[in-house]
Amino acid sequence: MAGFTLSRRGALAAGTGMLAGLRPGRAPAQGAPIKVGELNSYARMAAFSVPYRNAIQLAVDRINQAGGVMGGRPLEFVFRDDGSTPGDAVRVAEDLLTREGCAFLAGTFLSNVGLAVSDLANQRKKLFLATEPLTDALTMAQGNRYTWRLRPSTYMQTRMVVEAARGKTAKRWAIVAPNYEYGQSAAANFKRLIGQSIPGAEIVAEQYPALGRVDAGATVGALAQARPDGIFNVLFGADLTAFVREGNTRGLFERRLVLSLLTGEPEYMIPLGDECPDGWIVTGYPWEQVQDARHKAFVDAYRARFNDTPRKGSVLGYVTAEVVASMLNKANSTETEAMVDALADLPTQTIVGNVTMRALDHQGTMGTWVGETELRGRTGTMRNARYADGADFMFPEDEVRAARPRS
Amino acid sequence: MDFGFLVVQSLSGLASASSLFVIASGLTLVFGVTRIVNFAHGSFYMLGAYMTVTVVPWLLDFDRSPLLFFVGVLVSALVVGALGVVMEVLLLRRLYKVPELFQLLATFGVVLMVQDAVLWIWGPVEIPGPRAPGLRHGVEILGQRFPAYELFLICVGPAVLGLLWLLMHKTRFGILIRAATRDREMVGALGVNQALLFTGTLFLGAFLAGLGGALQIPRVSANSQMDLSIITEAFVVTVIGGMGSVPGAFLAAVLIGQLNAFGVLIFPKITLVLVFLLMAVVLVVKPWGLLGRPEAAAGRAALPEGILATPRFGMWEKVILGVVLAATLAVPLFGDAYTVKVATEVLIFALAAFSLNFLVGNGGIVSFGHAAYFGLGAYAAGLLVTRGGFAMEPALIAAPIAGAAFAALFGFFVVRLTGIYLAMLTLAFAQIAYAVCFQWVEVTGGDNGVVGVWPSGWARSREVFHYLVAACCILGIAALRHVIYAPFGATLRAARDSEQRADAIGVNVRMHRWLAFTLAGAAAGLAGGLYAFSKGSIDPTLLAIPMSIDFLAMLLLGGMQTVMGAVAGAAAFHTIKDFFMPLTDHWRFFLGASIIALVLIFPRGLSGAYGALRRRA
Amino acid sequence: MTLLAVEGLNKRFGGVVAAKDVSFALAAGEMLAIIGPNGAGKSTTFNMVGGQLAPSSGRVMLAGQDITGLPPRQVCKLGVGRTFQVAQTFLSMSVAGNVQMALTAHHGRTRDLVADAASLYRAEALALLAQVGMAEAADRPIGELAYGDVKRVELAIALAAAPKLLLMDEPTAGMAPRERAALMQLTAGIARGQGIGVLFTEHDMDAVFAHADRILVLVRGEVIAEGSPESVRANPEVQRVYLGQSGHKAALRARRAAHG
Repeated sequence: MAGFTLSRRGALAAGTGMLAGLRPGRAPAQGAPIKVGELNSYARMAAFSVPYRNAIQLAVDRINQAGGVMGGRPLEFVFRDDGSTPGDAVRVAEDLLTREGCAFLAGTFLSNVGLAVSDLANQRKKLFLATEPLTDALTMAQGNRYTWRLRPSTYMQTRMVVEAARGKTAKRWAIVAPNYEYGQSAAANFKRLIGQSIPGAEIVAEQYPALGRVDAGATVGALAQARPDGIFNVLFGADLTAFVREGNTRGLFERRLVLSLLTGEPEYMIPLGDECPDGWIVTGYPWEQVQDARHKAFVDAYRARFNDTPRKGSVLGYVTAEVVASMLNKANSTETEAMVDALADLPTQTIVGNVTMRALDHQGTMGTWVGETELRGRTGTMRNARYADGADFMFPEDEVRAARPRS
Repeated sequence: MDFGFLVVQSLSGLASASSLFVIASGLTLVFGVTRIVNFAHGSFYMLGAYMTVTVVPWLLDFDRSPLLFFVGVLVSALVVGALGVVMEVLLLRRLYKVPELFQLLATFGVVLMVQDAVLWIWGPVEIPGPRAPGLRHGVEILGQRFPAYELFLICVGPAVLGLLWLLMHKTRFGILIRAATRDREMVGALGVNQALLFTGTLFLGAFLAGLGGALQIPRVSANSQMDLSIITEAFVVTVIGGMGSVPGAFLAAVLIGQLNAFGVLIFPKITLVLVFLLMAVVLVVKPWGLLGRPEAAAGRAALPEGILATPRFGMWEKVILGVVLAATLAVPLFGDAYTVKVATEVLIFALAAFSLNFLVGNGGIVSFGHAAYFGLGAYAAGLLVTRGGFAMEPALIAAPIAGAAFAALFGFFVVRLTGIYLAMLTLAFAQIAYAVCFQWVEVTGGDNGVVGVWPSGWARSREVFHYLVAACCILGIAALRHVIYAPFGATLRAARDSEQRADAIGVNVRMHRWLAFTLAGAAAGLAGGLYAFSKGSIDPTLLAIPMSIDFLAMLLLGGMQTVMGAVAGAAAFHTIKDFFMPLTDHWRFFLGASIIALVLIFPRGLSGAYGALRRRA
Repeated sequence: MTLLAVEGLNKRFGGVVAAKDVSFALAAGEMLAIIGPNGAGKSTTFNMVGGQLAPSSGRVMLAGQDITGLPPRQVCKLGVGRTFQVAQTFLSMSVAGNVQMALTAHHGRTRDLVADAASLYRAEALALLAQVGMAEAADRPIGELAYGDVKRVELAIALAAAPKLLLMDEPTAGMAPRERAALMQLTAGIARGQGIGVLFTEHDMDAVFAHADRILVLVRGEVIAEGSPESVRANPEVQRVYLGQSGHKAALRARRAAHG
């Protein structure tokens, strides 16, 4: 029963921490722990969320060994499955806030779950640090005082790949995206942004297969028929694998520029295996190529402890814990208003460099890596990868002011 | 559009159709013989895929030959067939005597368990399988490249159809299958070993599902969500073709494959709803599917499944009722904030499940899409508050009206059918409503939904809101219960017991069922409205299939034969789920196991068990 | 006076003619039997009168009113009660509950959301049950009764609508011989006593010749003879195509029984 995790026990392990390997000069954290209620799709989206949870545990242990937060108190994450529906998630969130006595909420994966929890946080006046949901609405039209988001949003990631295509000549574009908010909103962002990178670009075909049920043959056929010069892909997971296989066999990607969101993340690269296409411009995480010393230490520690390579979710998890610790240290309180105020424009030195929680739209400046896909041996990775700092891809300030409700 | 493209697009459609047919043929056979709506069929499909990504690479290590690839595919399918036998012998065989819906619930329990078992065994990361040796390449057809493997798949469908035809017409087993499909009683009367026939059928069904999954592996990776993504589509194919008809399933699969291949060219976003639209149209025009036969007329006199007696509350029941009511009202005084929250939700689900039992247990109208009215009530309330700027009070009045209005609209078509076809049409309408909520982003907020659906100021505290919900739900349940005891309720039971007799005494059966559908829709809509305010948001999951299944599970766990069973079932189901969810990531496994255990121990539901206890006492 | 007038009924299923120019009439208080070999069109004719089937052409008049093609529930409302070859009852209900249900429907109160179904029309139901001799079983579940008793209850259900006409499809099918005679006597008594016309089909020739006032013989969808039992029995064509030896014997038995 390797994957069987009792999350309460897991939380306890993370909270008390390992006593070995203390840094000299600082006592491990003591006293009542600061509890963070972390809810996520551990059952349904385990490929992403379990490495995420692992990294949080890794980070929390280190933080606690190094003296904890707020002058010596241990940090503890209470992990819960959010049931992958807003209804379940809101109940779980209530449980974390009331029965578990968590100081604030963090996590969630699906956008609708993230939005529902965000609104609950607003209603209950509790802090919610959304980590994974990508929807722009979370920090824009549906933004509120108590909700902050860490991961680069759909808009930011789309802009990253679109700007990487600057100078290319592909004019006729086809879009393929899963038929739900993430896909639709990525497609909408792409339509908006592509003209800035490639003047005169036009959209000649759009395909929106149902999430998890792509009819790859029909979709590839429909895209090829439009004879595009470039393809913008938002499919991921099992849909992506089916799409890439079908596209490879039918030659859809030959002599075409492909921009693709998230495809470079190990979560999606590993299942692609040797089907990994060559030369797609993607966002992702080439963990073996990151040279920063702190990041390398994180990779080594992660591999040593979990006997697995880190995923994009792992980076997010680690950064989450770092930002949480930084916020608590600054606020020096678990009062919601104090924590919210502390987050405003809070800079944190993390394993991906500086991450600032921009006060204007509550969006973190965490970035991601942009590069081109490449097959090395039997697995795919990225070449020419560089870290795109989220700070350079944030929504323009006037757009934020227009979109966010005034509080 | 050039000719070559049309041909190749049509071939793509045929390849998908072929795969779909292999899976659906197993489902339709199992239904035809056992009358079990086998939700676990999708799980067998998934297991077939996972077996293949395990077995085939191992075989290919010896020799990368096409022969070994297909040996691996067959072995995987056979293993899955054996698992089908295991499910039949360990579980279904114990349930043939209980109402058919309970078998559905048991197979749903299997679905939940297999989902987590797969995660345990194979991990959460999707596993791509090997491509078929010798069929990796593309073939040039009229200037377009087409995968060789899909050409092979196109041949598999007719081959399976042919083999099944031979099996059904040239072997004793097959002839028995056909006989049982046409008239189940007759086979029992012929002295056939029914258990063996059923075991064999389950083997064949699971084998075909496993084969379908195995054959997909060169195209898609094995992943833990492929069971649910296939099962609805397989059901749609079976229903469109006519339940129990293998050629019908073939026809329907081809139809869906072609519609899909060309539909995406015209409406790229139609993928979500296309098959359900087709099913709704087919069922409205041909109530038994393309090649199905009317269900054997109820010439036999059998007790219907559902509410059989409408006893008054005895002393014990009054005591229990008093205690439950007191506990419900005392929760805010003694329970912590979270307990209040859970109790509020139990009340809401109790009303929704009760309204479903008003249809299923009292009216014999099995709805697989009751969440539609729950969800549409929630949307009506939520949209009025957020988009219309209304307060909670008018929104809560609008919720049952919306539930009733849509139930009346859909019910108009639904009540023209009976049995499993009726159930599938309710599912189709629910999916269409779901797709509209999902895709009409400007109004409904799409799958993100709409947030900010909070109660009016006076009802905002958990405690006050709990009392508001308690008042609405208890009154709603009491009112519906009263209707069950009133002439209208009796008329619905009469029509359920014998439609022919009801007609002959002057009852307009369809009209009464339509009114019942509308009334139940109103109650579900009210529950949905309350749910929206308890969560602060609305989103399409409120009217998705899992929600409908949850309601059915509550109803069945509680027992559909008794008036109050659904209430107990809602409490039990929600409590079990809430107990396991925080304990482990694999809560679905334990939820599924609990459901199966309860079905086996209390095959008539909790209230059925209570009734037995009372009779013994 | 004429209660039921059937004029020139035709019914075709695809190319098959199931009823061809069928005409007959039935007076109040009269018992008319339709007989014929299997596939003669008895059930078709019967179902066209009861509303279960719509005729291809022809008319069905009930007490001067055209009821052609009306659905069963409306035919019922106009005063036609019916029993089925396999008894159709409400199995989840008690004996009295079944009759009460029929009374509720007759009085147009099926959409009543308020009243208590268990007590509504109970007295009337008990009275009807007394008529068919089933009053003592009033509170038993109908599923527990012997088949002959179920048929009696079905008769009470049919009578609940205060019918002018009773349609009985094979009323004695599946019953023991002694029960058959009793049920037919009961039916005849009620019909004649209350002036209700009875149209019935029957396989059992004893029952037909003992109780029918008139007999209609159908063969291949056509009426080949109509008249009193004696005239039908004497009709050579009927004897040739249908009654044969067994029918003749039955007729003889019936005559002996009638003349004691």
